[in-house]
Amino acid sequence: MDFLFFFLFAFIAVACAVSVVVQKHPIASALSLVGVMASIAVLYLQLGAEFLAMAQIIVYAGAVMVLFIFVIMLLNAGAESRSGRSYAAQLMGPPLLVALMASLGFAIMRGFPGGGTVKFDSFQGGTAQNIGYALFTDYLLPFEVTSVLILVAILGAIVLARKEMD
Amino acid sequence: MPASFAPSAADLLRYAPETVLTVAGTLLMVLDPLFAKKSPKLFGHLSIAAFLVAIVAAFQANGAQGLAFSNLLIVDGFATYFRVLVLIIGIVTVLLSYRYLDREQAETGEYHALLLFSVSGQCLMVASNDLMMVFIGLEISSIATYILAGYLRDDKRNNEAALKYFLLGSFATAFMLYGVALIYGATGTTKLDEIRAALLTRGADAWFPMVGIAAALMFVGLAFKVSAAPFQVWAPDVYQGAPAPVSVFMATAPKAAAFAIFLRIFTTAFNQIAGGWEPLVWISALLSMTIGNFAALTQTNLKRMLAYSSIAHAGYVLVALASHSDDGTAGAMFYLAAYALMNLGAFAVVIHISGKGEKHVRIEDLAGLARRQPVTAALLTVFLLSLIGVPLTGGFFGKFYIFRAALQSNLVWLAVLGLLNSAVAAYYYLRLLVVMYMHEPGDVVENLEPLTPGLRAALILPAIGIFYLGVAPGAVLSFAKLSSSFVR
Repeated sequence: MDFLFFFLFAFIAVACAVSVVVQKHPIASALSLVGVMASIAVLYLQLGAEFLAMAQIIVYAGAVMVLFIFVIMLLNAGAESRSGRSYAAQLMGPPLLVALMASLGFAIMRGFPGGGTVKFDSFQGGTAQNIGYALFTDYLLPFEVTSVLILVAILGAIVLARKEMD
Repeated sequence: MPASFAPSAADLLRYAPETVLTVAGTLLMVLDPLFAKKSPKLFGHLSIAAFLVAIVAAFQANGAQGLAFSNLLIVDGFATYFRVLVLIIGIVTVLLSYRYLDREQAETGEYHALLLFSVSGQCLMVASNDLMMVFIGLEISSIATYILAGYLRDDKRNNEAALKYFLLGSFATAFMLYGVALIYGATGTTKLDEIRAALLTRGADAWFPMVGIAAALMFVGLAFKVSAAPFQVWAPDVYQGAPAPVSVFMATAPKAAAFAIFLRIFTTAFNQIAGGWEPLVWISALLSMTIGNFAALTQTNLKRMLAYSSIAHAGYVLVALASHSDDGTAGAMFYLAAYALMNLGAFAVVIHISGKGEKHVRIEDLAGLARRQPVTAALLTVFLLSLIGVPLTGGFFGKFYIFRAALQSNLVWLAVLGLLNSAVAAYYYLRLLVVMYMHEPGDVVENLEPLTPGLRAALILPAIGIFYLGVAPGAVLSFAKLSSSFVR
C-alpha cells in the first residue's frame, strides 16, 4: 500500500515538474507547481515528517503560490512568446540534460549501495515540538538571522516600489 | 529536554560585529523619514560610525576565538581578517557614495541601510562553520547587493544590471544549494568540520561520485559569485550598469567574502578530495586571467574595463586556491586586501570624473587629468601601478606571494601563464596613464569640479593602505599566515 502511494505521488510530482517547464501559459505553469509542492508534501508525510508536510502545504502550495498567481494576474502575462532561441541550445540541451540526470542518478545509487528500500514512517522527530525545539536551540542563530534576510527583502521592495524620484 | 534556550555571553561576543551592523541598519531605517530631507549626509556618517564600532567588535571577538551557536559559527583569525576587510571596504564605499548620491539626488537612508545589511551578511559568511550559515549570509549579502545595483530606479542601465545580476545570481545560488543538499545526503551534516571528519573516517570513496558532484555544484555557485571564468559573463554588464559606488562594492566586498568561504570550504571540508577539484580550479584560474585580461584590452568604457580587470584578478586569487597550501591561502588573503584597496581607489577617480548620470566614463574622458588635477592623477597612477603589480605597491607583494605559493606547489605552468597575463594587463592600465599624462585636457577635465572631502578621503585612505602593504607587508602577511591553517 505504502509503495503504491509512494509511486503514485512520486509520479505526479515528476509529471507536474515537467509540466511546469513545458506549459506555455504562466498560470498553467504555476498550477503545475502547486501539484509538485502538494505531492512532495505527501511524500514527506509518508516518511513521518508531519510538520514538514504541513508547512510545505501551507507555505509553498498556499502562500507562495497564491502570491505567484497574484503577480501573474497583475502583470496580465499572456502565453509565452517564442523568442529566437539559439540553435546550439536546442541541439545540446536534451542530451546534456540526460547526461546530468544520468550522472546524478548514478552518484546517488553509488553513494547508497543497498539503501534502495524506503522504510516508511520510520523517521522519528518530525513533530512540531521536535522542530520547534531544534529551531530554538541548535538552530537558533539561522532562525534569527533569517529575519534579517526577510528585512532586507522588505527594504528592497520599498526601495524598488517607491514613488518616482523628483 | 534541557531548557537552555539563551545563547551564552561568549556566543554573543563572537557574533558582535553582525549585531552592530544589523542594529545600525535598522536604526537607519527608523531615522530615514525623520532626517532624509534635512540632512541626507547623516546616514553616511552613521554608517561609518557603525562600521568602526563593528571593527572594534570584530577585534574583541577575535580575542575570544572559538566556535559559537552550537558550532554553526567559527571565529578564528581567518574570519577576523575578512570581517575587518569587508568592514573597511564598507567605510570606503560610504566615503565614495557621498558625492555620488548627492549628484544623482538619490535617497540616502535606504542606500546605507542596505549597505550595512549587505556587509553584515558578508561578515556572517566568512565566520560560518556550517553550509546553512554560509547560505543565509550569502543571501543577505546578495539580495542587498541586487537591490543596490538597481538603486537609481529611473536609470535604465541600473534596471538592466539589477535584473541580470538577480536572475543569474539566483540561478547560481540554486547550484550551490543543490551541492549542499547532496553533501548532506552523503555525510548527514552541513558543518564543515564534520564533513571533513566524515570524509576522513569513511573515505571519500565510500560516496565516490556523490561528494564529487556536490563539490562541483558548490564550485559553480561560488565561482559565479567571485566572477571566475567560465561563469563571468554577467560581470561586465552588471558592473557597467550599476551605480559606480555599487560596482566597486560588488567587485570587492561580496567577492572577498565569497573567496573567503571558497577557501574555507574547499580547504577544510573538501580537503580529502583535493585531487578532484585542483584541476578544475587550475582551468578556471587560467581562463579567468586570460579572458579578463584580453577582453579588457579593447574596452573604451572605464567601468567595463575595470570589470574585466576584476575577472582577471579573480583568476590570480584562484591560482592561490589551486596551489592548495597554507602559503597559498595566506597569499590569497593578502591579495584580496590589496586588490580591494586599489580597486576602490581607481573607482573613486571614475566617480569623480563621471558627472551626473555617469555620462563621462570613457577612457578618453581622463585626457589631461594630470595638468588640471595633478594630485588626483598621481593617486590614480598609484592604483594603476598597484593593479599592474609594480614593486613598492600592495599589488606587487600580492602577486609575488600567490605565484610563489603556486611554484612551491609545482604549478609551474600556471605561474608562468599567470605572469605572462600580468604583462598583458600592464598594457591596458598603462594606456590610462598615457591618456592622463600625455593628452591635451578635454572638455570633461576642463569642467571638472575639485575633489569633495569624501572622495578625497576615499582616494587617500586606499593609497596609504597600498603603500603600507607594499612597503611593510610583514604585519598583515604574518597575521594571514597565522590564520591560514584554519581550525581543523
